Amino acid sequence: MGSGPSLDAPAPIGFAEKIWRINWGLVLVLTAIAGVGVLALYSAAGGRFEPWAARHAVRYGSALALMLVVALVHPKVWLTLAWPIYILSVVMLVAVDVIGKIGMGAQRWLVIGPLQIQPSEIAKVAVILVIARYYHGLRREQAGQFLYTLPPLAMILVVVGLVMVQPDLGTAMMVLMGGGALLFVAGVRIWMFLAAGISAVACLPIAWSLMHEYQKKRVLTFLDPDRDPLGAGYHITQSKIAIGSGGMFGKGFLKGTQSSLNFLPEKQTDFIFTTFVEEWGMAGALVLLGLFALVVVWGFSIAFRSQHHFGRLLALGVTAMLFLYMFINTAMVMGMLPVVGVPLPLVSNGGTALLSVMFACGLLIGVNVYRDAQLPRTR
Amino acid sequence: MKHFRKGDGERSGLFTRRALLLGGAQAVLLTALAGRLYQLQVVETDRFSSMAEENRVSMRLLPPSRGLIFDRSGLPLAVNRNNFRAMAASERGRGVDVLVERLDQVLTLGDADKTRLLRELRRNRNAQPVVVRENLAWEEVARLEFNAPDLPGVFIDLGQSRDYPEGDLMSHIVGYTGRVSDEDLAGRDDPVLQLATMRFGKKGVERSLEDDLRGRAGAVQVEVNAVGRVVRELERTEGQAGANALLTIDLDIQRFAAEKMKEHQSGSVVVLDVVTGDVIAMVSTPGFDPSTFARGITQAEWRDLLDNPERPLHNKAIAGVYPPGSTYKMVTALAALDAKVIDPWTRLPCAGYLELGKIKFHCWLKGGHGSTNVSEAIAMSCDCFFYEAARRAGVDRVSDMAQRLGFGKVSELGLPGESAANQPTRTWKQEKVGKAWQHGDTFNLGIGQGFMTATPLQLAIMTARLANGGYEVQPNLLLAKATPREELVPPAPRTKPNAPSLRLNPQHLAVIRQGMSDVVNTGHGTANALRAKQPEFTFAGKTGTAQVKRITEREREMGITQASLPWHLRHHALFVCYGPVDNPRYACAVIVEHGQAGGATAGPIGRDVLIETMKRDPSRRTDRFKKMASR
Repeated sequence: MGSGPSLDAPAPIGFAEKIWRINWGLVLVLTAIAGVGVLALYSAAGGRFEPWAARHAVRYGSALALMLVVALVHPKVWLTLAWPIYILSVVMLVAVDVIGKIGMGAQRWLVIGPLQIQPSEIAKVAVILVIARYYHGLRREQAGQFLYTLPPLAMILVVVGLVMVQPDLGTAMMVLMGGGALLFVAGVRIWMFLAAGISAVACLPIAWSLMHEYQKKRVLTFLDPDRDPLGAGYHITQSKIAIGSGGMFGKGFLKGTQSSLNFLPEKQTDFIFTTFVEEWGMAGALVLLGLFALVVVWGFSIAFRSQHHFGRLLALGVTAMLFLYMFINTAMVMGMLPVVGVPLPLVSNGGTALLSVMFACGLLIGVNVYRDAQLPRTR
Repeated sequence: MKHFRKGDGERSGLFTRRALLLGGAQAVLLTALAGRLYQLQVVETDRFSSMAEENRVSMRLLPPSRGLIFDRSGLPLAVNRNNFRAMAASERGRGVDVLVERLDQVLTLGDADKTRLLRELRRNRNAQPVVVRENLAWEEVARLEFNAPDLPGVFIDLGQSRDYPEGDLMSHIVGYTGRVSDEDLAGRDDPVLQLATMRFGKKGVERSLEDDLRGRAGAVQVEVNAVGRVVRELERTEGQAGANALLTIDLDIQRFAAEKMKEHQSGSVVVLDVVTGDVIAMVSTPGFDPSTFARGITQAEWRDLLDNPERPLHNKAIAGVYPPGSTYKMVTALAALDAKVIDPWTRLPCAGYLELGKIKFHCWLKGGHGSTNVSEAIAMSCDCFFYEAARRAGVDRVSDMAQRLGFGKVSELGLPGESAANQPTRTWKQEKVGKAWQHGDTFNLGIGQGFMTATPLQLAIMTARLANGGYEVQPNLLLAKATPREELVPPAPRTKPNAPSLRLNPQHLAVIRQGMSDVVNTGHGTANALRAKQPEFTFAGKTGTAQVKRITEREREMGITQASLPWHLRHHALFVCYGPVDNPRYACAVIVEHGQAGGATAGPIGRDVLIETMKRDPSRRTDRFKKMASR
């Protein structure tokens, strides 16, 4: 592509304009969700800021700064970096799996100097970036062709496979479903999804045989939580009791018996939604879900307003990922999905997931800031 | 550029359509979440709320304090003492194996305890705590506290356990308690019995008064966390302590009697108040230490008690059965008099034996007693007189009289394990032996031998009924029971029995009692050596020697005597007595197992105990009761 400004190309925007274009309302909604997290973590610790609530607030602060920096990076940089980031994340996933094999057991972390890196968190974003970049470079009719669908499918499946052997079923499912959503909006034909769906069902027995014992147990327990009410079904049963006993308006802040008396497992991470809903009731739950819905609607509007396909796909990929995160977690704690270990974004305690979510939100806002940027189809 | 735009427009249109589809799908999923929330939090909220309450609130029973047991003057016989015990509440059956292993490291449990604990923890579904160990030493308490972080669900509980300050002296009367067994639960639905720390009366008064001593459980509602640890108390209902019991036993006389029995290996003494039936003393030697049961008896200790030939666990006063021998002669005499087959002046001959067909029935006095009337026959214990009296009266009348005097049936004492012994009758022999009743059987019955057996308590009851003028008094162990200590007072003293009369001819009774008095108080009596030195303690009695092994003519010729036989084959020595002779108040029965001769072995014990009892009669020592009333 030519480098000079063309007639109908918009003039480059100034810094003030960029700041102005940041979706401050969205930032406010995200902060509100993180605030719910601080509240719930404070309660989960029995009414103390230690050990979770205070750290969560500090982490959110730094993640917010990161997000704003990312939002101001020009999309062409991400277009350029998409492949390197993807390849790097795959290499790290392989490294984690190899170390895990040697170390005998589940391994999700990579320790590099003082840093603990969870490659699957990077991979989630990397898959979105690389697929958005791939379809950005295709023509309309190519996107609908079967052969052109194979490379992105491979990009998704490589990551899914590597995450699954860690084993981290939750993240693998998210990458698969998020990637699928991205292919769908990119224009892959409907019949291919149907075919994929059918073959997936056909492959179910194989997947079953590849699953770890505890994963099988989780699925079985999900299908019938009462088969082992004191064992694997215990978590889900106690979570449902907590949510159900919260009722319309909850038991009141710091008055959740199920969480304060430790009937709830993992109350600061995967089951933070339960802790919150027990105390704030259906009203609180709907407010929280409403906040997430706002984020999604915002994400869609950013995608629709983007003048370039990369931005559209990136925005929608990030939005889909956030939605999946939220949906899988809440459905899981309410007994609608098996327990797969997905945190509630921005609310659950945990640094890496918070960083990756906020990084993704930075990409999303960046699409809005640079919505009318000119991006070449190929480099 | 333009065609890019155009192409981009096309892509954009497809993207928008697809994105809207995706958004719609997300909206559907979001609605599903809201619907699920509605289902859990509105539709089913009541169910989940009650489940949350069940999780949170645990109802714990408070075991009541067991009633105390005292002797008639208020001296403690069974008390409660503090007992630190280690308890474990199972974490819903999870991690039990690890927990028991760790407990073993801290307390050295032993295999038997480990198995029991595993079983109880697994069985325990409603998270009621189970007992790990009782009576912890201070050092063990400290070790448990120190290791508390590694022992989730384990806590130390201050409970009570039973203590018996008099040890083996009162072991057969007071008995002991033990863990609640399935049999104990039968017919009792008191939920407190489900508590692991609860104890249940197994023997003696602990058993017979179990339902009074136990009391009513209180309850406390506590908030518990997921591992069963109590977070705080919500509500408390106090229970009621068990009733305290004042027994009829006089500990001083009991101790005195036991002291007297010490010279002999094994035997029994029973002292009754002939007016009220109060059991003043009831000794069975040897005894056992009930505290070993309270703290949990070991296998070895239990074996030792079972294997002892003197049978320390056996309460011989109520469960030991012996041929009554000559102490039964009053029954035969009374039956013959009652049947009018003899009268008080009827004299019967004794040539040293009586012939029945070809069989000779010997009198214990080789040369015979010559001619005697009934009171002389009792005084000299002439066997021939009673062979003939029994023959004339017949087995039916003798047995009937014996039953009226208390033989052949369990009394109303109420202690578990009391034996009815055996009062033989024609039908009994036909049914149990399978042979018809013979005349020889009647002869043997007449002198209290053969099929006839009795317990020491039955002998004391017979003596009491003869002494009180023929009233059907029943032995009684309980003077008073009440939960508040100040209400625990003995009933007003009585001088006349309130039991039904046996309708015995007073003249006949007088003749019998004359005979019993002559046993002790005349020169020709069999126990004249025992007579009281102080006139106010003059008493009446009857000796008895019960044959265990018959010494044949040949053995006699070979020079085998009672003393040369092994202990377990020697005769039992018996003595029954009452006093004071002219206004009887106390009756006493003594059996010394294998003590050879009633007059020589059992007699002195009977005399001493009876005189001691008369000396300590409340009318003679008001000081003690005054002291008690002011307590």
